[in-house]
Amino acid sequence: MDYNVNICETDIDYENLADGEPAQDFSFNPINEPETSTQNCPEILEMEVFKECTDVQSNRSSSTSDESLDREEISHLQRHGWSAATVKVLASMPSRTAELNKSRRVRYQASSHESPHCSRPVQGASVLADVEEINTEGLNFCAAENNMDQLVSSLQGLSVSEGTRKLRAMPLSLADKIEIRKVAFSLKTESSFIGRNIPCYTHLSMYISTTWRHCLFSCLPVFSSFKLWHSALKTLSGRYGTGVLSYFLFLRTLLFLNLLLFVITGLFLIFPQAIYPPRSSKADFSGIELLTGTGYFSDSLMFYGYYSNGTLHGDQYRMPAAYFFTIGFTLFIICIILVYRLSKSFGKNFQVLKSNENLAVKVFSCWDFKVSKKISVRLQSEKISTQLKEQLSEMIKGEDKKTCMQQLRRLIVHLLAWTACLISIFLGTIGVHYLSENKFNFNFKTILQAHNLPEDTELLVLSAVVSGINLLLPGFFNLCVWAEKYESPGTRVYVSVFRNLLLKVSVIGVLCYHWLKSIPANGLKCWESFVGQELYRLLVMDFIVTVVYTLLGEFLWRVFSQTILQKKRKPVFDIARNVLELIYGQTLTWIGVLFAPLLPAVQLIKLIVLFYMKERSLILNCQASRKPWRATQMTTLFICILWFPSFLGTVVTIIYTVWIIKPSENCGPFRNLTTMFEGGQMSTRHLEDAHPILKWLSWVYDCLVDNPVFLFLASGVFLMVIYFQAQVVDGQRKIVSRLEKQIENEGKDKKFLIAKLQDLCK
Amino acid sequence: MGTTASQLSKESLSEYQELTFLTKQEILLAHKRFTELLEKHEKDQIDARVPMNKIITLPELKSNPFKERICHVFSTSEQKDGSLTFEDFLDLLSAFSDSATLEIKSHYAFRIFDFDDDGTLDCADLEKLVNCLTGETNDAKLSSTEMKQLISNILEESDIDKDGTVNLSEFQHVISRSPDFVSSFKIVL
Repeated sequence: MDYNVNICETDIDYENLADGEPAQDFSFNPINEPETSTQNCPEILEMEVFKECTDVQSNRSSSTSDESLDREEISHLQRHGWSAATVKVLASMPSRTAELNKSRRVRYQASSHESPHCSRPVQGASVLADVEEINTEGLNFCAAENNMDQLVSSLQGLSVSEGTRKLRAMPLSLADKIEIRKVAFSLKTESSFIGRNIPCYTHLSMYISTTWRHCLFSCLPVFSSFKLWHSALKTLSGRYGTGVLSYFLFLRTLLFLNLLLFVITGLFLIFPQAIYPPRSSKADFSGIELLTGTGYFSDSLMFYGYYSNGTLHGDQYRMPAAYFFTIGFTLFIICIILVYRLSKSFGKNFQVLKSNENLAVKVFSCWDFKVSKKISVRLQSEKISTQLKEQLSEMIKGEDKKTCMQQLRRLIVHLLAWTACLISIFLGTIGVHYLSENKFNFNFKTILQAHNLPEDTELLVLSAVVSGINLLLPGFFNLCVWAEKYESPGTRVYVSVFRNLLLKVSVIGVLCYHWLKSIPANGLKCWESFVGQELYRLLVMDFIVTVVYTLLGEFLWRVFSQTILQKKRKPVFDIARNVLELIYGQTLTWIGVLFAPLLPAVQLIKLIVLFYMKERSLILNCQASRKPWRATQMTTLFICILWFPSFLGTVVTIIYTVWIIKPSENCGPFRNLTTMFEGGQMSTRHLEDAHPILKWLSWVYDCLVDNPVFLFLASGVFLMVIYFQAQVVDGQRKIVSRLEKQIENEGKDKKFLIAKLQDLCK
Repeated sequence: MGTTASQLSKESLSEYQELTFLTKQEILLAHKRFTELLEKHEKDQIDARVPMNKIITLPELKSNPFKERICHVFSTSEQKDGSLTFEDFLDLLSAFSDSATLEIKSHYAFRIFDFDDDGTLDCADLEKLVNCLTGETNDAKLSSTEMKQLISNILEESDIDKDGTVNLSEFQHVISRSPDFVSSFKIVL
C-alpha cells in the first residue's frame, strides 16, 4: 500500500495556525537524514513538534496550485476540508477500529498467531510509509488479541453467573461469547467448592446463597414475560406505532392495579363477609338494578351497608378493624406502586415539558422498528420527512416575523377559545351541582310513571348527564384547538390535555362536595351505600356511553369524514382523550372502594371489555397518525396525572370522610361511632390488648409520627438533601461542558499531529 | 454448540438463555421460525446458514428500510453476504429484545447506521441514513440544501471532537438524551 499523499495537502486548521500567527512557528529536524532518525522516529516526532520552523511555510506557499486541485477532489460535504489521507489514517486509529474488532470474530484473529507482532517494526527507511499498513493490520490484530485476553482475565475474577451476565451485556456475537465462556470458566469447574477444604457450615450457606440467586434470576424473567394480550399489542404497534401502544399499555397497567385491589379486598373483606352473611336475602332481581345499583344490590356485598360491625366466626375476625385496615393497606400499596412507576418514568425522561428540537436526537432515535406493516412504514417515513422538512425550512428561512396585526389576531383567537372552554366547563359544573341538589325541582317521577318505567330510573339522570358532559365537551375542546392553530404539535397536545383535565377535575370535585357535604346531612338511612350506588351508576353509565360511542360514533365519524368531508385518510385515534377517560374511571373506582368494595371488580370487567372494543374499533376505523407523538414523555405525563390530581385527590377525600364525617347509624361496620377513624383507633386498642407486643409499635407511632418536632426535623433534613443534590447536578453540568471542550481540543491536537506526521514523510 | 435436526438440545437452550437477553419461549419461537426458512436438506445440518434474501422475507423485517444493514451487521459469514446462522439470528433478536441494555442497542444501532462499515458515521453515512428514514418517494426526499443543512446541524450537535464524523461514543451520548430510543429499537417475533 503506497503512501500517496501530496505533501502540499494540509488541513485548514494547520494552515490557519501558521498563517494567522506568524510568531508561532514550528520546525522539524530536517528530513534529509532518514537513516539515522528512523530508529527512534516516533519519539523524535513527539519531541520536535514544538520546535520553531520556517521551512514549512515556504514549502507550502510554493505549492498552492497543487492544493487547489486536490481540494476539488474533497467532497463538498466534508466539514473541515480534510485531506483524504488524513481521513484514512484517522479511520485506522485504535479508537475507531477497536470497537469494530470487539464484535468481529475473535476466534478468527486469535487463531492467526503468525500475524505481525504488536511492537512497531522500526527497521528500514520506509518505516513511515508502513505506518498506515501497521495501523490497519497490525494494530487490528494486537487490539483483538489484547481484547480477548483482557476479557478472559476480567471474567475469571468473577463467579460463573456474574461473569455470564457481564458477558451477555457485551456486544459480541453469540459464537464468540460461548467460546470465551468456555475458556474463562474451564478453570472454574475444575475447582468446585466441594473439593476444597472448606468447613461444612459454609458449604451450606454457599449452597443456600447460590440457589437463592439462581431462583431469583430465573423468576425475574417469568415476571417480566408475563404478557397479557401480547400478540394483540404486537399487531397494534406494528400498525400504529408506539404512541397508540402506550394507551393500551396504560390500560393494562390499570387492569393489574385493579386486580390487585380486588384481590386484597376480596380476601379480607368480601370473602369473610360472604361466608357469614348477616341476614337472609331480600328483594327480587330485575334488570334495571345492573344500571342503578339499587334494589337487589343495595343490600348485598356490593355496598358498605351490608358489612357487619361485629365479629365473625366467633370472636376471631373483627369486621370494622378488617374494613379500616384493608382500605388503608390497599391505598398504601397503590401509593407505593404509583410513586415507584413515577420515579422510574421520570428517571427515564427528565425533560418532560421541554420540547425536543434537537435534530441529531430526532434522526438517530425516531425510527420505530416495531412497525411492520408496509403502509404504516410508509406513513412513518412521511411523518419523519414532514417533521424534518418543517424544522429545516424554519432554519433555512429564519423565523417568520409576524406583523402586529397577525399577532393581535392570534391573541384574540386564543383568548376567545380559552374563554369558551372555561365557560363551558363552568356551565357543566353548575349544571351537575344543581342537578345533584335537585334544585331544578324537576318532577321526574311523573314522567317516569307516564312511561311505565320503574322509579329508580330517576337516579340514572345524574350519571347520564355527567357522562354526556364528558362525551360532548372534549369534542368541543378539540374544535377549539383546531381553530386556534397552534404552531407546535406538543403545545396542542398539552393544551387539550389540560382542558380535559380541568373538566374532569371540576366535575368530580363538585360531585365529591355533594356526596360529602349534603348527603350525610340529608338523613338517608344509609348514606354510604347511597354514595357507593352513585359511584356505581357513574361508572356503569360511563361504560355504556363509551361502548356506544366506540361502536357507533367512531364508525359514523369515519363514514362521515370519508364520504362528506372527502378526506382520503381515516380519522386518527385520539390518545390524550382516551387516556384521560381511563384516568377518570380509575379515580371513581378509588373513591368508591371505601363505599363499595366490589367496585374494582366492575372496573376490571369494564377494562377488559374496553380493551377488545377499542382494538376492534381501531382496526376498523382509524389509521396511524401523521403527527409525531412523544410516547415516553406522554406516558410520564399520564402517570403524573394519575398520581397527582387523581390518586392524591382520592386520598384527601377518603381521609376527610374517615376523619370528619359521622357514619350512618343503622348500617355498615362503623355504625354507632362518631367517626370511622374512631373505629380504627378502637380496633388498634383491641389488637394491643390481645397482643401486647404491638404496644411498642403504637408507642413508636405516638412518639414519632404524632410529634411535630420530629416532623420538622425530618422535613429539614429532606430539604437539605434536595439542596445538596441540586448543587451536585449543577456541578456535574459544568464538568460536562468542560469535558466537551477538552475533547474538542484533543481532536484538534490529533489533527495537528497527523498533519505533522504527514509533513515529516516528505 | 450449534443446532442439530429440528430440536434444540437442552444444554444449548440453557446456554442461549444465559448468554442472550431472550427468554426460553422466545428462543423456542425463534428456532421454529428459523427452521421454517431453511431448505429441507438443510434442516438437519449443524450451523446451517440462511441467505439474506430469505431473512428479509420475515414479516417483521419485510418493510424495514434497514433490513439489509441489519443482516450484514449480525452476519458472521466470511463472504460478508449477510447470511445468518441460528446463533446470528438469536443475536439479532437479543439486541432488539425488550430486556437488552441501552449500551447493546446503541452499539448495534451505530453499526446498522454505519453504511460503509468504517467505524464512524461520516457525511455519506448520514445522508444514506436520512434517505432511508424519509423514504425514496420524490416528495418525501429532502432537497440537497435541506440535506446539507440537516447534516451540518447533526454534526454540530453531536460531533464533540469536531473531526467531521460521529464516532460510537458521541453516538451513544446523543442517544442517551432520547428516552424513546429503547422502546423504538425493538423487534419482537
